[in-house]
Amino acid sequence: MRARLLLAALGAGLIALPQFSGNYVLSLATLALYFAFTGQAWNVMMGFAGQLSLGHSLFVGLGAYAAAALFVKFGIGPWAGLWLAMAICVAAGAAIGLLAFRFGISGVYFALLTIAFAEFTRIGFDHIGWLGGPGGLFLKVGQRTSWDLADLRGTPAMFYYVMLALTAGAFALCAWLLKSRAGYYWQAIREDEDAARALGINTFRWKLLAVAISAAMTSLAGVFFAFYYNNLFPEQIFHISQSIEIILGPIVGGVGTLFGPILGAVLLTTLADSLTNLVAAMGLDIPGVKQVFYGVILLLVIMFLPNGIWPPIAKRLGLGRKD
Amino acid sequence: MALLEIRSLSKSFRGLRAVTRASFEVPEGGLAALIGPNGAGKTTIFNMAAGVYAPDAGEIVFAGNRIDGLRPDQVCAAGVGRTFQVVKPFAGMSVLDNVIVGALRAERRVPEARRLALRILEELNLGAKRDLPASSLTLPDRKRLEVARALATGPRLLLLDEVMAGLRPTECDQMVEVFRELNRDGLTILLIEHVMRAVMALAQQVVVLHHGEIIARGTPAEVVRDPAVLECYLGEETEV
Repeated sequence: MRARLLLAALGAGLIALPQFSGNYVLSLATLALYFAFTGQAWNVMMGFAGQLSLGHSLFVGLGAYAAAALFVKFGIGPWAGLWLAMAICVAAGAAIGLLAFRFGISGVYFALLTIAFAEFTRIGFDHIGWLGGPGGLFLKVGQRTSWDLADLRGTPAMFYYVMLALTAGAFALCAWLLKSRAGYYWQAIREDEDAARALGINTFRWKLLAVAISAAMTSLAGVFFAFYYNNLFPEQIFHISQSIEIILGPIVGGVGTLFGPILGAVLLTTLADSLTNLVAAMGLDIPGVKQVFYGVILLLVIMFLPNGIWPPIAKRLGLGRKD
Repeated sequence: MALLEIRSLSKSFRGLRAVTRASFEVPEGGLAALIGPNGAGKTTIFNMAAGVYAPDAGEIVFAGNRIDGLRPDQVCAAGVGRTFQVVKPFAGMSVLDNVIVGALRAERRVPEARRLALRILEELNLGAKRDLPASSLTLPDRKRLEVARALATGPRLLLLDEVMAGLRPTECDQMVEVFRELNRDGLTILLIEHVMRAVMALAQQVVVLHHGEIIARGTPAEVVRDPAVLECYLGEETEV
Protein backbone atom coordinates (compact mmCIF):
# COMPACT_ATOMS: atom_id res chain seq x y z
CA MET A 1 0.00 0.00 0.00
CA ARG A 2 2.73 2.41 1.02
CA ALA A 3 4.73 1.37 -2.01
CA ARG A 4 1.73 2.18 -4.22
CA LEU A 5 1.28 5.65 -2.70
CA LEU A 6 4.96 6.41 -3.09
CA LEU A 7 4.83 5.22 -6.67
CA ALA A 8 1.74 7.31 -7.46
CA ALA A 9 3.34 10.46 -6.01
CA LEU A 10 6.55 9.80 -7.90
CA GLY A 11 4.65 9.16 -11.13
CA ALA A 12 2.58 12.35 -10.81
CA GLY A 13 5.71 14.39 -10.16
CA LEU A 14 7.51 12.92 -13.13
CA ILE A 15 4.55 13.44 -15.48
CA ALA A 16 4.21 17.08 -14.40
CA LEU A 17 7.94 17.80 -14.62
CA PRO A 18 8.01 19.33 -18.16
CA GLN A 19 5.46 21.95 -17.03
CA PHE A 20 7.92 23.45 -14.57
CA SER A 21 11.28 22.95 -16.11
CA GLY A 22 13.32 24.07 -19.04
CA ASN A 23 15.08 22.00 -21.63
CA TYR A 24 18.22 21.68 -19.56
CA VAL A 25 16.48 20.01 -16.64
CA LEU A 26 14.50 17.89 -19.07
CA SER A 27 17.59 16.61 -20.84
CA LEU A 28 19.15 15.81 -17.47
CA ALA A 29 15.97 14.00 -16.38
CA THR A 30 15.90 12.10 -19.67
CA LEU A 31 19.47 10.98 -19.11
CA ALA A 32 18.66 9.90 -15.55
CA LEU A 33 15.66 7.92 -16.81
CA TYR A 34 17.79 6.39 -19.54
CA PHE A 35 20.17 5.00 -16.92
CA ALA A 36 17.27 4.01 -14.68
CA PHE A 37 15.85 2.01 -17.58
CA THR A 38 19.10 0.34 -18.62
CA GLY A 39 19.93 -0.32 -14.97
CA GLN A 40 16.56 -1.98 -14.55
CA ALA A 41 17.25 -4.14 -17.60
CA TRP A 42 20.71 -5.14 -16.35
CA ASN A 43 19.20 -5.88 -12.94
CA VAL A 44 17.04 -8.64 -14.44
CA MET A 45 20.19 -10.57 -15.25
CA MET A 46 22.40 -9.72 -12.29
CA GLY A 47 19.99 -8.66 -9.57
CA PHE A 48 17.38 -11.33 -10.16
CA ALA A 49 19.23 -14.26 -11.72
CA GLY A 50 22.74 -13.55 -10.44
CA GLN A 51 24.45 -13.46 -13.84
CA LEU A 52 26.97 -10.62 -13.96
CA SER A 53 27.13 -8.84 -17.30
CA LEU A 54 29.83 -6.25 -17.86
CA GLY A 55 29.01 -6.00 -21.54
CA HIS A 56 25.55 -4.51 -21.72
CA SER A 57 26.82 -1.87 -24.15
CA LEU A 58 26.62 -4.71 -26.68
CA PHE A 59 22.83 -4.66 -26.50
CA VAL A 60 22.62 -0.86 -26.47
CA GLY A 61 24.84 -0.70 -29.53
CA LEU A 62 23.22 -3.48 -31.51
CA GLY A 63 19.76 -2.09 -30.79
CA ALA A 64 20.83 1.43 -31.74
CA TYR A 65 22.54 0.39 -34.95
CA ALA A 66 19.69 -1.93 -36.00
CA ALA A 67 16.99 0.73 -35.69
CA ALA A 68 19.19 3.53 -37.03
CA ALA A 69 20.27 1.52 -40.07
CA LEU A 70 16.67 0.67 -40.93
CA PHE A 71 15.73 4.35 -40.63
CA VAL A 72 18.69 5.84 -42.48
CA LYS A 73 19.00 3.24 -45.23
CA PHE A 74 15.41 2.18 -45.78
CA GLY A 75 13.29 4.87 -44.17
CA ILE A 76 11.72 2.41 -41.76
CA GLY A 77 10.64 4.12 -38.55
CA PRO A 78 11.71 3.24 -35.01
CA TRP A 79 8.46 1.54 -34.02
CA ALA A 80 9.04 -1.08 -36.69
CA GLY A 81 12.81 -1.00 -36.21
CA LEU A 82 12.66 -1.80 -32.53
CA TRP A 83 11.42 -5.31 -33.31
CA LEU A 84 14.50 -6.00 -35.38
CA ALA A 85 16.62 -4.43 -32.65
CA MET A 86 15.05 -6.67 -30.05
CA ALA A 87 15.39 -9.78 -32.21
CA ILE A 88 19.08 -9.13 -32.85
CA CYS A 89 19.79 -8.46 -29.19
CA VAL A 90 17.90 -11.53 -28.02
CA ALA A 91 19.87 -13.59 -30.53
CA ALA A 92 23.16 -12.08 -29.33
CA GLY A 93 22.18 -12.66 -25.70
CA ALA A 94 21.15 -16.22 -26.48
CA ALA A 95 24.48 -16.84 -28.21
CA ILE A 96 26.39 -15.66 -25.13
CA GLY A 97 24.08 -17.59 -22.82
CA LEU A 98 24.22 -20.81 -24.83
CA LEU A 99 27.99 -20.67 -24.96
CA ALA A 100 28.44 -19.83 -21.29
CA PHE A 101 25.72 -21.89 -19.64
CA ARG A 102 26.26 -24.98 -21.79
CA PHE A 103 29.90 -25.10 -20.78
CA GLY A 104 29.31 -24.13 -17.16
CA ILE A 105 30.99 -20.72 -17.40
CA SER A 106 29.84 -18.62 -14.48
CA GLY A 107 30.79 -15.78 -12.17
CA VAL A 108 33.80 -13.75 -13.20
CA TYR A 109 34.39 -15.85 -16.31
CA PHE A 110 30.87 -15.18 -17.50
CA ALA A 111 31.42 -11.46 -16.95
CA LEU A 112 34.62 -11.65 -19.00
CA LEU A 113 32.74 -13.37 -21.79
CA THR A 114 30.18 -10.57 -21.90
CA ILE A 115 33.01 -8.01 -22.12
CA ALA A 116 34.62 -10.01 -24.91
CA PHE A 117 31.43 -10.06 -26.96
CA ALA A 118 30.93 -6.32 -26.54
CA GLU A 119 34.55 -5.61 -27.43
CA PHE A 120 34.77 -7.65 -30.57
CA THR A 121 31.45 -6.29 -31.73
CA ARG A 122 32.83 -2.78 -31.22
CA ILE A 123 35.89 -3.63 -33.30
CA GLY A 124 33.70 -5.36 -35.87
CA PHE A 125 31.49 -2.30 -36.32
CA ASP A 126 34.58 -0.18 -36.89
CA HIS A 127 35.03 -2.20 -40.08
CA ILE A 128 31.48 -2.10 -41.41
CA GLY A 129 31.73 0.63 -44.02
CA TRP A 130 28.04 0.42 -44.88
CA LEU A 131 27.23 1.68 -41.38
CA GLY A 132 29.85 4.38 -41.45
CA GLY A 133 32.61 2.44 -39.70
CA PRO A 134 34.56 4.48 -37.17
CA GLY A 135 33.24 7.66 -38.82
CA GLY A 136 29.82 7.02 -37.37
CA LEU A 137 26.24 6.70 -38.52
CA PHE A 138 24.10 9.84 -38.51
CA LEU A 139 20.37 10.38 -38.43
CA LYS A 140 18.94 13.49 -40.01
CA VAL A 141 18.27 15.93 -37.21
CA GLY A 142 14.58 16.71 -37.47
CA GLN A 143 12.93 19.90 -36.47
CA ARG A 144 12.25 20.09 -32.82
CA THR A 145 9.18 22.23 -32.32
CA SER A 146 6.47 19.66 -32.92
CA TRP A 147 5.99 16.06 -31.87
CA ASP A 148 6.46 13.38 -34.48
CA LEU A 149 6.11 10.24 -32.42
CA ALA A 150 6.04 7.94 -35.45
CA ASP A 151 9.60 8.88 -36.40
CA LEU A 152 10.68 9.91 -32.90
CA ARG A 153 11.50 13.46 -33.95
CA GLY A 154 10.37 16.15 -31.58
CA THR A 155 10.93 18.39 -28.60
CA PRO A 156 12.96 17.41 -25.55
CA ALA A 157 9.65 17.00 -23.71
CA MET A 158 8.63 14.27 -26.15
CA PHE A 159 11.86 12.35 -25.63
CA TYR A 160 11.44 12.80 -21.91
CA TYR A 161 7.96 11.27 -22.01
CA VAL A 162 9.10 8.41 -24.23
CA MET A 163 11.88 7.59 -21.77
CA LEU A 164 9.51 7.98 -18.84
CA ALA A 165 7.07 5.54 -20.44
CA LEU A 166 9.89 3.05 -21.09
CA THR A 167 11.11 3.32 -17.50
CA ALA A 168 7.62 2.92 -16.09
CA GLY A 169 7.05 -0.07 -18.35
CA ALA A 170 10.35 -1.65 -17.28
CA PHE A 171 9.47 -1.08 -13.64
CA ALA A 172 6.05 -2.71 -14.04
CA LEU A 173 7.53 -5.62 -15.98
CA CYS A 174 10.22 -6.21 -13.35
CA ALA A 175 7.73 -5.98 -10.50
CA TRP A 176 5.59 -8.57 -12.23
CA LEU A 177 8.52 -10.82 -13.11
CA LEU A 178 9.82 -10.78 -9.55
CA LYS A 179 6.49 -12.04 -8.23
CA SER A 180 6.11 -14.66 -10.93
CA ARG A 181 7.45 -18.20 -11.18
CA ALA A 182 10.42 -16.85 -13.15
CA GLY A 183 11.26 -14.43 -10.34
CA TYR A 184 11.31 -17.17 -7.72
CA TYR A 185 13.39 -19.42 -9.94
CA TRP A 186 15.88 -16.68 -10.79
CA GLN A 187 16.40 -15.81 -7.16
CA ALA A 188 16.87 -19.46 -6.30
CA ILE A 189 19.50 -19.75 -9.04
CA ARG A 190 21.19 -16.59 -7.79
CA GLU A 191 21.33 -17.89 -4.22
CA ASP A 192 22.40 -21.50 -4.88
CA GLU A 193 22.36 -23.07 -8.29
CA ASP A 194 22.87 -26.67 -7.07
CA ALA A 195 19.96 -26.41 -4.68
CA ALA A 196 17.84 -24.85 -7.42
CA ARG A 197 18.58 -27.78 -9.72
CA ALA A 198 17.71 -30.27 -7.00
CA LEU A 199 14.29 -28.60 -6.73
CA GLY A 200 13.54 -29.38 -10.35
CA ILE A 201 14.61 -26.09 -11.92
CA ASN A 202 16.15 -26.35 -15.39
CA THR A 203 18.67 -23.65 -14.56
CA PHE A 204 20.04 -23.51 -18.10
CA ARG A 205 16.68 -22.54 -19.54
CA TRP A 206 15.79 -19.99 -16.86
CA LYS A 207 19.17 -18.28 -17.00
CA LEU A 208 18.81 -18.04 -20.76
CA LEU A 209 15.39 -16.45 -20.30
CA ALA A 210 16.87 -13.82 -17.96
CA VAL A 211 19.54 -12.94 -20.53
CA ALA A 212 16.96 -12.76 -23.33
CA ILE A 213 14.63 -10.45 -21.39
CA SER A 214 17.48 -8.25 -20.24
CA ALA A 215 18.86 -8.02 -23.79
CA ALA A 216 15.46 -7.21 -25.29
CA MET A 217 14.88 -4.43 -22.74
CA THR A 218 18.33 -2.98 -23.27
CA SER A 219 17.88 -2.97 -27.04
CA LEU A 220 15.01 -0.51 -26.58
CA ALA A 221 17.38 1.83 -24.79
CA GLY A 222 19.62 1.53 -27.84
CA VAL A 223 16.80 2.48 -30.19
CA PHE A 224 16.07 5.49 -28.01
CA PHE A 225 19.76 6.41 -27.92
CA ALA A 226 19.94 6.42 -31.72
CA PHE A 227 16.95 8.69 -32.23
CA TYR A 228 17.76 10.96 -29.31
CA TYR A 229 21.41 11.65 -30.05
CA ASN A 230 21.17 11.13 -33.84
CA ASN A 231 24.73 9.89 -34.08
CA LEU A 232 26.33 6.54 -33.40
CA PHE A 233 30.02 5.72 -33.13
CA PRO A 234 31.20 2.19 -32.37
CA GLU A 235 33.93 3.60 -30.13
CA GLN A 236 31.30 5.28 -28.02
CA ILE A 237 28.23 3.09 -27.97
CA PHE A 238 29.92 -0.31 -27.64
CA HIS A 239 32.57 1.00 -25.28
CA ILE A 240 33.01 -0.68 -21.91
CA SER A 241 32.49 2.66 -20.18
CA GLN A 242 28.86 2.47 -21.45
CA SER A 243 28.49 -0.91 -19.76
CA ILE A 244 30.02 0.39 -16.55
CA GLU A 245 27.75 3.42 -16.48
CA ILE A 246 24.74 1.15 -16.88
CA ILE A 247 25.61 -0.95 -13.85
CA LEU A 248 26.56 1.95 -11.56
CA GLY A 249 22.93 2.93 -10.94
CA PRO A 250 21.74 -0.46 -9.70
CA ILE A 251 24.92 -1.06 -7.68
CA VAL A 252 24.62 2.28 -5.91
CA GLY A 253 20.84 2.00 -5.56
CA GLY A 254 20.63 -1.69 -4.68
CA VAL A 255 21.15 -4.77 -6.83
CA GLY A 256 18.09 -7.01 -7.06
CA THR A 257 15.65 -4.37 -5.85
CA LEU A 258 12.98 -2.63 -7.92
CA PHE A 259 13.53 0.98 -6.83
CA GLY A 260 17.29 0.67 -6.45
CA PRO A 261 18.26 1.08 -10.12
CA ILE A 262 16.00 4.11 -10.46
CA LEU A 263 17.20 5.78 -7.28
CA GLY A 264 20.84 5.07 -8.12
CA ALA A 265 20.57 6.40 -11.67
CA VAL A 266 18.78 9.58 -10.61
CA LEU A 267 21.26 10.27 -7.80
CA LEU A 268 24.35 9.61 -9.87
CA THR A 269 23.20 11.54 -12.93
CA THR A 270 22.09 14.64 -11.07
CA LEU A 271 25.03 14.68 -8.67
CA ALA A 272 27.59 14.12 -11.42
CA ASP A 273 26.05 16.89 -13.49
CA SER A 274 25.93 19.30 -10.56
CA LEU A 275 29.55 18.55 -9.83
CA THR A 276 30.61 19.15 -13.43
CA ASN A 277 28.73 22.47 -13.41
CA LEU A 278 30.27 23.45 -10.11
CA VAL A 279 33.76 22.72 -11.35
CA ALA A 280 33.07 24.69 -14.51
CA ALA A 281 31.62 27.59 -12.51
CA MET A 282 34.81 27.75 -10.46
CA GLY A 283 36.65 28.26 -13.71
CA LEU A 284 38.48 24.95 -13.43
CA ASP A 285 38.99 22.47 -16.20
CA ILE A 286 39.39 19.01 -14.75
CA PRO A 287 38.99 16.28 -17.33
CA GLY A 288 37.49 13.07 -15.97
CA VAL A 289 36.04 14.68 -12.85
CA LYS A 290 32.80 12.75 -13.42
CA GLN A 291 34.60 9.41 -13.53
CA VAL A 292 36.51 10.21 -10.34
CA PHE A 293 33.22 11.16 -8.71
CA TYR A 294 31.64 7.85 -9.77
CA GLY A 295 34.64 6.03 -8.36
CA VAL A 296 34.38 7.76 -5.00
CA ILE A 297 30.63 7.16 -4.74
CA LEU A 298 31.08 3.51 -5.67
CA LEU A 299 33.79 3.11 -3.06
CA LEU A 300 31.67 4.69 -0.34
CA VAL A 301 28.59 2.64 -1.19
CA ILE A 302 30.52 -0.64 -1.30
CA MET A 303 32.20 0.16 2.01
CA PHE A 304 29.21 1.41 3.96
CA LEU A 305 26.10 0.17 2.16
CA PRO A 306 27.11 -3.00 0.31
CA ASN A 307 23.46 -3.74 -0.49
CA GLY A 308 22.95 -0.26 -1.93
CA ILE A 309 21.23 2.89 -0.76
CA TRP A 310 17.68 1.70 -1.29
CA PRO A 311 17.34 -1.23 1.19
CA PRO A 312 17.87 0.90 4.33
CA ILE A 313 15.47 3.53 2.97
CA ALA A 314 12.90 0.86 2.16
CA LYS A 315 13.22 -0.44 5.71
CA ARG A 316 12.59 3.01 7.13
CA LEU A 317 9.56 3.45 4.90
CA GLY A 318 8.27 0.08 6.03
CA LEU A 319 8.49 -1.52 2.59
CA GLY A 320 9.38 -5.09 1.75
CA ARG A 321 12.96 -6.18 1.17
CA LYS A 322 12.45 -6.84 -2.50
CA ASP A 323 10.75 -3.51 -3.37
CA MET B 1 7.29 -53.64 -5.73
CA ALA B 2 10.55 -51.74 -5.56
CA LEU B 3 10.25 -48.00 -6.10
CA LEU B 4 14.00 -47.48 -6.26
CA GLU B 5 16.38 -50.12 -7.55
CA ILE B 6 20.13 -49.65 -7.42
CA ARG B 7 21.67 -52.26 -9.69
CA SER B 8 25.38 -53.01 -9.54
CA LEU B 9 26.32 -49.36 -9.31
CA SER B 10 29.98 -48.30 -9.57
CA LYS B 11 31.70 -44.93 -9.49
CA SER B 12 35.36 -43.95 -9.33
CA PHE B 13 36.94 -40.55 -8.88
CA ARG B 14 40.32 -40.50 -10.60
CA GLY B 15 41.07 -44.08 -9.70
CA LEU B 16 39.57 -43.91 -6.22
CA ARG B 17 36.74 -46.41 -6.16
CA ALA B 18 34.00 -44.65 -4.26
CA VAL B 19 31.27 -47.20 -4.94
CA THR B 20 31.77 -50.76 -6.21
CA ARG B 21 28.90 -52.82 -7.64
CA ALA B 22 26.40 -51.72 -5.02
CA SER B 23 22.89 -53.16 -5.34
CA PHE B 24 19.84 -52.68 -3.17
CA GLU B 25 16.20 -51.75 -3.46
CA VAL B 26 13.78 -49.59 -1.58
CA PRO B 27 10.20 -50.87 -1.73
CA GLU B 28 7.31 -48.55 -2.49
CA GLY B 29 6.18 -47.05 0.80
CA GLY B 30 9.34 -48.24 2.55
CA LEU B 31 11.70 -46.43 4.86
CA ALA B 32 15.29 -47.51 4.37
CA ALA B 33 18.58 -46.28 5.79
CA LEU B 34 22.00 -46.28 4.23
CA ILE B 35 24.69 -46.34 6.89
CA GLY B 36 28.44 -46.75 7.00
CA PRO B 37 31.59 -45.05 8.23
CA ASN B 38 32.75 -41.72 6.78
CA GLY B 39 33.94 -42.12 3.21
CA ALA B 40 32.01 -45.33 2.66
CA GLY B 41 30.35 -43.91 -0.49
CA LYS B 42 26.88 -43.14 0.86
CA THR B 43 26.67 -39.59 -0.44
CA THR B 44 28.17 -40.71 -3.76
CA ILE B 45 25.27 -43.15 -4.20
CA PHE B 46 22.86 -40.35 -3.28
CA ASN B 47 24.41 -37.98 -5.74
CA MET B 48 24.14 -40.55 -8.51
CA ALA B 49 20.51 -41.22 -7.64
CA ALA B 50 19.83 -37.46 -7.62
CA GLY B 51 21.50 -36.85 -10.97
CA VAL B 52 24.58 -34.98 -9.76
CA TYR B 53 26.94 -37.60 -11.24
CA ALA B 54 26.36 -40.27 -13.83
CA PRO B 55 27.50 -43.72 -12.64
CA ASP B 56 30.46 -45.42 -14.36
CA ALA B 57 28.51 -48.66 -14.49
CA GLY B 58 25.20 -50.00 -13.27
CA GLU B 59 21.66 -48.78 -13.36
CA ILE B 60 19.34 -46.75 -11.20
CA VAL B 61 15.69 -47.53 -11.79
CA PHE B 62 12.97 -45.39 -10.27
CA ALA B 63 9.34 -46.44 -10.63
CA GLY B 64 10.26 -48.66 -13.53
CA ASN B 65 12.29 -46.05 -15.45
CA ARG B 66 16.04 -45.59 -15.68
CA ILE B 67 17.05 -42.33 -14.05
CA ASP B 68 20.84 -42.71 -14.05
CA GLY B 69 22.48 -40.03 -16.18
CA LEU B 70 19.52 -37.66 -15.98
CA ARG B 71 20.10 -34.08 -14.83
CA PRO B 72 19.17 -33.20 -11.21
CA ASP B 73 16.13 -31.20 -12.33
CA GLN B 74 14.91 -34.12 -14.45
CA VAL B 75 15.34 -36.52 -11.53
CA CYS B 76 13.35 -34.14 -9.35
CA ALA B 77 10.66 -33.90 -12.02
CA ALA B 78 10.51 -37.71 -12.08
CA GLY B 79 9.56 -37.63 -8.39
CA VAL B 80 12.75 -37.80 -6.33
CA GLY B 81 13.31 -35.08 -3.73
CA ARG B 82 16.64 -34.67 -1.94
CA THR B 83 18.29 -32.72 0.84
CA PHE B 84 21.96 -31.76 1.01
CA GLN B 85 24.31 -32.93 3.74
CA VAL B 86 25.77 -29.43 3.87
CA VAL B 87 22.55 -27.45 3.88
CA LYS B 88 22.01 -25.08 0.97
CA PRO B 89 19.30 -22.60 1.92
CA PHE B 90 18.54 -19.70 -0.44
CA ALA B 91 20.03 -17.39 2.17
CA GLY B 92 18.77 -14.09 0.79
CA MET B 93 15.18 -15.25 0.54
CA SER B 94 12.58 -15.67 3.26
CA VAL B 95 11.82 -19.10 4.68
CA LEU B 96 8.47 -19.08 2.93
CA ASP B 97 9.98 -18.05 -0.42
CA ASN B 98 12.51 -20.89 -0.10
CA VAL B 99 9.69 -23.40 0.14
CA ILE B 100 7.64 -21.69 -2.59
CA VAL B 101 10.53 -22.33 -4.99
CA GLY B 102 10.15 -26.03 -4.29
CA ALA B 103 6.36 -25.89 -4.39
CA LEU B 104 6.43 -24.34 -7.87
CA ARG B 105 7.46 -27.76 -9.12
CA ALA B 106 4.08 -29.22 -8.14
CA GLU B 107 1.98 -26.06 -8.48
CA ARG B 108 2.72 -23.86 -11.48
CA ARG B 109 0.99 -20.76 -10.15
CA VAL B 110 2.49 -18.72 -7.33
CA PRO B 111 -0.67 -18.36 -5.14
CA GLU B 112 -1.25 -22.15 -5.13
CA ALA B 113 2.44 -22.81 -4.53
CA ARG B 114 2.32 -20.38 -1.63
CA ARG B 115 -0.60 -22.23 -0.07
CA LEU B 116 1.20 -25.56 -0.43
CA ALA B 117 4.39 -24.08 1.03
CA LEU B 118 2.53 -22.70 4.05
CA ARG B 119 1.00 -26.11 4.72
CA ILE B 120 4.37 -27.82 4.59
CA LEU B 121 5.96 -25.21 6.85
CA GLU B 122 3.24 -25.88 9.41
CA GLU B 123 3.90 -29.62 9.20
CA LEU B 124 7.57 -29.05 9.94
CA ASN B 125 6.97 -26.52 12.74
CA LEU B 126 8.48 -23.66 10.77
CA GLY B 127 5.24 -21.73 10.30
CA ALA B 128 6.14 -19.05 12.82
CA LYS B 129 9.44 -18.36 11.09
CA ARG B 130 8.13 -18.08 7.57
CA ASP B 131 8.94 -14.39 7.09
CA LEU B 132 12.49 -14.54 8.45
CA PRO B 133 15.37 -14.57 6.00
CA ALA B 134 16.68 -18.11 5.66
CA SER B 135 20.14 -16.86 6.63
CA SER B 136 18.91 -16.11 10.15
CA LEU B 137 17.84 -19.68 10.92
CA THR B 138 19.67 -21.94 13.36
CA LEU B 139 21.15 -25.20 12.06
CA PRO B 140 18.24 -27.43 13.17
CA ASP B 141 15.82 -25.05 11.46
CA ARG B 142 17.96 -24.98 8.32
CA LYS B 143 17.77 -28.77 8.23
CA ARG B 144 14.02 -28.58 8.60
CA LEU B 145 13.88 -26.00 5.83
CA GLU B 146 15.92 -28.30 3.63
CA VAL B 147 13.36 -31.04 4.19
CA ALA B 148 10.42 -28.66 3.68
CA ARG B 149 11.79 -27.47 0.35
CA ALA B 150 12.35 -31.00 -0.92
CA LEU B 151 8.89 -32.08 0.26
CA ALA B 152 7.29 -29.14 -1.50
CA THR B 153 8.35 -30.51 -4.88
CA GLY B 154 5.86 -33.33 -4.30
CA PRO B 155 8.26 -36.30 -4.40
CA ARG B 156 7.37 -40.00 -4.29
CA LEU B 157 10.81 -40.75 -2.91
CA LEU B 158 12.68 -38.53 -0.48
CA LEU B 159 16.47 -38.81 -0.16
CA LEU B 160 17.62 -37.44 3.18
CA ASP B 161 21.35 -36.86 3.60
CA GLU B 162 22.20 -36.67 7.31
CA VAL B 163 19.35 -34.43 8.34
CA MET B 164 19.73 -35.47 11.98
CA ALA B 165 23.38 -34.54 12.33
CA GLY B 166 23.86 -31.72 14.79
CA LEU B 167 20.38 -32.00 16.26
CA ARG B 168 19.81 -32.44 19.99
CA PRO B 169 18.14 -35.72 20.99
CA THR B 170 14.72 -34.10 21.47
CA GLU B 171 14.97 -32.34 18.13
CA CYS B 172 16.04 -35.60 16.57
CA ASP B 173 12.99 -37.35 18.01
CA GLN B 174 10.75 -34.61 16.57
CA MET B 175 12.25 -35.15 13.14
CA VAL B 176 11.82 -38.91 13.48
CA GLU B 177 8.16 -38.31 14.23
CA VAL B 178 7.80 -36.07 11.14
CA PHE B 179 9.33 -38.70 8.87
CA ARG B 180 7.29 -41.49 10.38
CA GLU B 181 4.16 -39.47 9.69
CA LEU B 182 5.21 -38.73 6.10
CA ASN B 183 6.00 -42.40 5.56
CA ARG B 184 2.62 -43.40 6.95
CA ASP B 185 1.03 -41.09 4.39
CA GLY B 186 2.73 -43.06 1.64
CA LEU B 187 6.06 -41.31 1.07
CA THR B 188 9.02 -43.61 0.43
CA ILE B 189 12.16 -42.46 2.25
CA LEU B 190 15.82 -43.36 1.91
CA LEU B 191 18.09 -41.78 4.47
CA ILE B 192 21.78 -41.56 5.06
CA GLU B 193 22.30 -41.28 8.75
CA HIS B 194 25.02 -41.43 11.36
CA VAL B 195 22.69 -40.92 14.27
CA MET B 196 21.85 -44.52 15.19
CA ARG B 197 19.11 -43.33 17.51
CA ALA B 198 17.19 -42.17 14.44
CA VAL B 199 18.07 -45.17 12.29
CA MET B 200 16.94 -47.65 14.92
CA ALA B 201 13.70 -45.75 15.47
CA LEU B 202 12.85 -45.21 11.83
CA ALA B 203 14.24 -47.67 9.37
CA GLN B 204 12.50 -50.85 8.32
CA GLN B 205 15.52 -51.86 6.33
CA VAL B 206 19.19 -50.94 6.71
CA VAL B 207 21.92 -51.17 4.09
CA VAL B 208 25.50 -51.01 5.37
CA LEU B 209 28.20 -49.64 3.10
CA HIS B 210 31.94 -49.95 3.75
CA HIS B 211 34.68 -48.84 1.35
CA GLY B 212 32.10 -48.53 -1.39
CA GLU B 213 30.76 -52.05 -1.01
CA ILE B 214 27.62 -53.29 0.63
CA ILE B 215 28.61 -55.55 3.52
CA ALA B 216 25.26 -56.17 5.15
CA ARG B 217 21.55 -55.54 4.86
CA GLY B 218 18.50 -56.34 6.93
CA THR B 219 16.37 -54.99 9.72
CA PRO B 220 18.07 -52.61 12.18
CA ALA B 221 18.13 -55.35 14.80
CA GLU B 222 19.78 -57.82 12.42
CA VAL B 223 22.34 -55.34 11.20
CA VAL B 224 23.58 -54.29 14.60
CA ARG B 225 24.27 -57.94 15.44
CA ASP B 226 26.09 -58.63 12.19
CA PRO B 227 29.76 -59.32 13.00
CA ALA B 228 31.05 -57.63 9.85
CA VAL B 229 29.13 -54.50 10.66
CA LEU B 230 30.24 -54.49 14.26
CA GLU B 231 33.81 -54.80 13.20
CA CYS B 232 33.89 -52.03 10.63
CA TYR B 233 31.58 -49.54 12.13
CA LEU B 234 29.34 -50.08 15.07
CA GLY B 235 32.08 -51.56 17.17
CA GLU B 236 33.58 -48.14 17.52
CA GLU B 237 30.36 -46.23 17.96
CA THR B 238 28.53 -47.09 21.13
CA GLU B 239 25.86 -44.42 21.15
CA VAL B 240 23.26 -47.10 20.37
